[in-house]
Amino acid sequence: MLALLQAPAAAATQIGEPNRVAIGFFFLFIATTLGITYWAARRTRTTEHFYAAGRVIGPRQNGFALAGDYMSAASFLGIAGLVSTSGFDGLIYSTGWLVGWPVVLFLIAEPLRNLGRYTFADVVAARLAQTPVRLAAALGTLATVTFYLIAQMVGAGGLIKLMFGIRYEVAIVIVGVAMIAYVLFGGMIATTWVQIVKAVLLLGGAAILAVLVLAQFGFNPGALFAAAAQKFGDGVLAPGKLVSKPLDAISLGLALMFGTAGLPHILMRFYTVPDATAARKSVFWATGLIGFFYLLTFVIGFGAMVLVGSDVIKSVEPGGNMAAPLLAEHLGGTPFLGFIAAVAFATILAVVAGLTLSGAAALSHDLWVSVVRKGRASPEEQLKVARLATVLLGIVAVLLGLSFKGQNVAFMVGLAFAIAASANFPALVLSMFWRRCSTAGAVASMLTGTVTTLVLIYLSPTVQLDILKHGSAWFPLKNPALVTIPLSFAVGVLVSLAIPEPQGDKGYEYVERRMLLGATSE
Amino acid sequence: MTAPDPGLRALAATRWKVALTLTIIMVIVYFGFVSLIAFDKPLLALHITPGLTLGILFGVLVIVSTWLLTWIYVRWANRHYDAELHRLRK
Repeated sequence: MLALLQAPAAAATQIGEPNRVAIGFFFLFIATTLGITYWAARRTRTTEHFYAAGRVIGPRQNGFALAGDYMSAASFLGIAGLVSTSGFDGLIYSTGWLVGWPVVLFLIAEPLRNLGRYTFADVVAARLAQTPVRLAAALGTLATVTFYLIAQMVGAGGLIKLMFGIRYEVAIVIVGVAMIAYVLFGGMIATTWVQIVKAVLLLGGAAILAVLVLAQFGFNPGALFAAAAQKFGDGVLAPGKLVSKPLDAISLGLALMFGTAGLPHILMRFYTVPDATAARKSVFWATGLIGFFYLLTFVIGFGAMVLVGSDVIKSVEPGGNMAAPLLAEHLGGTPFLGFIAAVAFATILAVVAGLTLSGAAALSHDLWVSVVRKGRASPEEQLKVARLATVLLGIVAVLLGLSFKGQNVAFMVGLAFAIAASANFPALVLSMFWRRCSTAGAVASMLTGTVTTLVLIYLSPTVQLDILKHGSAWFPLKNPALVTIPLSFAVGVLVSLAIPEPQGDKGYEYVERRMLLGATSE
Repeated sequence: MTAPDPGLRALAATRWKVALTLTIIMVIVYFGFVSLIAFDKPLLALHITPGLTLGILFGVLVIVSTWLLTWIYVRWANRHYDAELHRLRK
C-alpha cells in the first residue's frame, strides 16, 4: 500500500520512458510473428490461402483468432481506463461489445460459410447481379474498414508514444511496415496465427493482472468493489453519467449489437474454417473468450481505481487509457509494465493486420476480379492484385494515421460499427433469408446504410459539438444506428418490391439449398 | 439445380425459428439491461451484499447469458441439426 502514498505518483511512473523489458518483449513478438509470416509465406500459393488460410483452421483456433481480431487495444486499455475513472459505466460498453457475438452465431456464421468464398459480398451477390452488388458492398466494406483503421492507427500512435516514448510518426510507420509484412507475405495464414498469438498474450496478460489484483483482496471481488466504494463513494458501483439520454444508449447498443455481424474482418474469418459446423463452434469459443476478457478488464479497472487511484491515472493521461499499464507497474514493477506495454502493442498490430486484409479482399476480389475483370482473372493475377491492394491499403492506413494525428477519433469506432450495422448487416440478412430480395433492393439498402450513417454522424452532436465546437447539432443522437438500421431494412424491402429480380425468385432455390448444404452439394 | 426437398425446407425453417428465438432473447436481455440503466438508476445502485450492487450483478449476468445462449444453440445444432442434415443428405 506504500505506493499509494507516493503522491504525486505521476512522477513515480516509468511510463513514457524507453523500457528495456518492453523493448525486449516487443522484439520477441516481432521476431516470432515474422517467423510465422516466413512459414506462412511458403504456404501461401493461391487466393484460397491468401484470403482464407486454405480453409483448414480449426474451430478453437478460429475462436482465438476471432477474439484476437475483436479485442482491440481500445477495449483493453480503454475499458479498463473507463472503469478505473468512472466505475460501473465501463460495464455498459463491455456488455455492448459482447452481445453482438450471439447474433453473429444465430443469424450469420453458418449460412455465410456455406454461401461465400472470401468476402461478405459473395453472399449478397450469390443470386443477384454481380457488378452493382459488389460495388455497393465494397463501398460499405471500405467505409467500415477505413474508419476502424483511422481509430486504430491514431490510437496506436498515441499509445505507443505514451508507453515507449518514441515519436508518434515513428510509431505509425513501425505499425504500418510490420502489418504490411504480415499480410503481404503471409496472407490469412500469417494474419490468423498473429491473431492467435496476440489473443493468448492479451488474455494471459489480463488474467495475471486480474489475479494479482484479486490476491490483494482475498480473491473476493466484492471486497475489491467495497474498497472502491469506500474510497470513491458508492457512485462508482452504480450507473453514472455515461447514460444520460436513454435514446443515445439504445442507439449505440443497436450499433454494437448488429454491427459486429457486419464487420468485414470478422465475417472473413468464417471462410478460414472447413465447414459450417466449425464456423458455429468457433463463435462459441470467441464468445467465451471475449466475455471472459471483459470480466477481467472490469476487475483490472477497479483494481487500478483502488490501488493506483483515479486522479493519478488521469494525471498521466486524461482519458484514463494508462490505467492497466499503471496497475501493472504498481503490482509487478517495471518488468511487468514492459510486458503489458508490449502486449498492448501486439494487440494493435494484429487488429490493423486483420482490417487491412479484409479491405484488400474488397479491393481485389470484389472490385478488381468481379467488377473490372468480370471473374475472368487468372489465379496468378488474382494473387498479384490482392498483394498490390494490401500494399496500397497499408500505405493509406499509414497516411491516415499521420494526417489524423492529435484529432479526437474515438467516435470513429462507433461510426464503423454503425456503418457495419446499417450498410452490411441488413443486406446480408435480406439476401439470405428473404426470397424476394432483388439486386436493386440490396444495392439501395447498402447505399442508404452507408450514406445516411455518414451524413447523420456528421450532423450529430459528436461531430458538431465535440469536434467542430458548433453551438447546436441538427441531429440529436450521438450514434445514428437507431435510425439508419430500420431505414436500410425498409429501403431494401420497398425497393425489392418495386423493382423485383428479372428472372424471378428462381435464384433463391439455389441459395436456399447451398445455405443449408454448402458448396459440396453442387 | 433442383429445389430443396420438403424435409430440408422443414429443417431450415426449424433452424430459423430456433435462431430467431435466441436472437430475440438476447435483444431482450441486453436492452432490458440498457433500459434499466437509462430509466431506473436507483434500482441498480442497490447493494445485495457489501460491494456488490444489483447493477454489477446484472452486468455480469448479461455476459453469462451470452455464454449460455451460444452454448444452447451450439448444443442443439451439433446434436439435432447436424444429425438431421446428415440424414437428409443421404
